[in-house]
Amino acid sequence: MIELQHVTVRAGDYLVDDISFRVEHAQYAVLMGKTGIGKTTILESICGLRKISSGKLLIDEHDVTDALPGDRQVGYVPQDLALFPTLSVREHLEFAMRLRRQPRDKIAARVRELAEVLGIESLLPRGVQGLSGGESQRVALGRALSFGPSVLLLDEPLSALDADTRGATQDLLKRVNQQTGVSVLHVTHNLEEAEALADVRLELVREPPSHRLKLRHPGDIAVEH
Amino acid sequence: MLFFLIMGGLSACFILLIILLLAADLLFTSFGEFREALLKPEIQAAFRLTLLTCTIAAILSLWVATPLGYLLSRYRFPGRWLIDTLVDIPIVLPPLVLGLSLLILFHLPMGDWKLESWLRDDLHFPVTYRWPAVVLAQFSVACAFAVRTMRVTFDQINPRAEDVARTLGCTRAQAFLQIALPQAWRGMITAATIAWARALGEFGPILVFAGATRFRTEVLSTTVFLELSVGELDAAVAVSLLMVAMAVVVLLFLRWFGTGLTT
Repeated sequence: MIELQHVTVRAGDYLVDDISFRVEHAQYAVLMGKTGIGKTTILESICGLRKISSGKLLIDEHDVTDALPGDRQVGYVPQDLALFPTLSVREHLEFAMRLRRQPRDKIAARVRELAEVLGIESLLPRGVQGLSGGESQRVALGRALSFGPSVLLLDEPLSALDADTRGATQDLLKRVNQQTGVSVLHVTHNLEEAEALADVRLELVREPPSHRLKLRHPGDIAVEH
Repeated sequence: MLFFLIMGGLSACFILLIILLLAADLLFTSFGEFREALLKPEIQAAFRLTLLTCTIAAILSLWVATPLGYLLSRYRFPGRWLIDTLVDIPIVLPPLVLGLSLLILFHLPMGDWKLESWLRDDLHFPVTYRWPAVVLAQFSVACAFAVRTMRVTFDQINPRAEDVARTLGCTRAQAFLQIALPQAWRGMITAATIAWARALGEFGPILVFAGATRFRTEVLSTTVFLELSVGELDAAVAVSLLMVAMAVVVLLFLRWFGTGLTT
C-alpha cells in the first residue's frame, strides 16, 4: 500500500501542497489531472527522486519519507521509459536482482517468469535500441517489477502507444496488478484509460482562490484531504 | 546563386589558407631533408618524450574530467557557476602566464615550506625543469578542454535512466558507474583525444615551467623553437610536418569514432 499524509513538495517555482491519499494493497489507483499540474512530481516524491518538504509517506505501513529510492520497494516506469541503452532486454530484467546479489538460478527463473507474463521471451537477447513503443513499454514494466516491489508507479504509460497496443498493454497492466498483488498508482489524463483500469480514481486540481493543488475524488472514491 | 557565391567565397578563403600553409611546408622541404631531420637523436628523443607526456596528460585529464564533467552536468550546488568559470581559465589564460603561474606556485615560499622543495627533498620527485613539469603544463590546458567535452557528453545522456536505476536499488555511485559511464565511452575517447591533441600543441607553459633542455624536457613543439633559434629552418619545418601528421591522425581518429564531425 501507499499512503501520503499531508505531503508537500516544492518543485521549482510551484508547490504540490498538503496532499493526502491512500492506495490499498493490490489496488489499482489512477491519478488524473491537467498536464503540468504536478502528477509526475507526486510520483517522483513517492519513489524518492524528489524530496518531501513536509508530511509523511508510508509504504506497506513503513515510514519511508526519508528513505533512499532503492530502499522503498517501489517500481517506477517514467513517461520516457528511460531504458538503459547499453544493456540488453535480459540485463534490464536482471539489473535490480543483481544489485541485490540474488543467486544466479533465482535470477534466471525470475527473468523467465517475467518474460513469459510480459510476452517478451523472444526479445531477451536483443538490445533496446530497435524495440517498438509497446515492446519498450513491456521491458520498462518488467524492469520495474523484477525485484517484486510492493508498489508500482506508472507515469502515462500508454500515452505513446497506438490504439491496438494500448488496449493490449492496458490488459497486461491489469493482469500484472491482479497476479502480483502490487499496488499501482497510474498517472494519466485519459479518462477512458482511467475508467478501464481504476479501482480508485484520484484527480489533482488547482483550487481557487489560493490555487493550491488539492485531490478530488470523483464518484465513489475513498480519498482523504 | 549569388548567395552561394558569397558564402562559398568567404568559406573558401579559410580553407585555402589552411591548404596553402600545409603546401608551403611541404614545398619547403624534401623527403630526404625530412628523413635526415627525423633521424637526429635529439629529435627522436623529443618525439618519444612527446608521445609519453601527451599520453600521460591525456589519461590524467580524463580521470579528472569525467567526474568533474558529470558533477557540473548533473548537480546544482552552491558555487557551481564559480567552478564552471574556473575550469575555463586555463583556456583563456595567455600560455606564458600559465607557465609563469605554475613556476611561481612551485617556488612560492610559504613560511619555510616550498612545494618544489618538498617534492624534491621529501618525495624525491622534482618537477620544475624535469619531464613531470612538461606533463603538468600540458595537463593544465588539456584538462580544461576534456572537462568541457565530458560535460557536453553527460548533458546529452538522459539523467532519467540514472534516476530509474536508483529506484531499482543503485546508489548514486552505482548509477554513475553502471548506467552513465557505459553510455559516455564515445565522449571519453573524444575527450582523451582532444586532450592529447591539445597537449601536443602546448608550447608556452612548457618553455617557462619545464625549459627546453635537449634529451631532458624537449618535446616536439620546443624542438621547432630550438631548431629555429639556431637557424635550422629545414629541421624546424620537418618537425612541424611531423606534428601536422600527428594532428591529422588524431583528427581521423576522432571522426572514426563518430563524434559528429563527419556529418
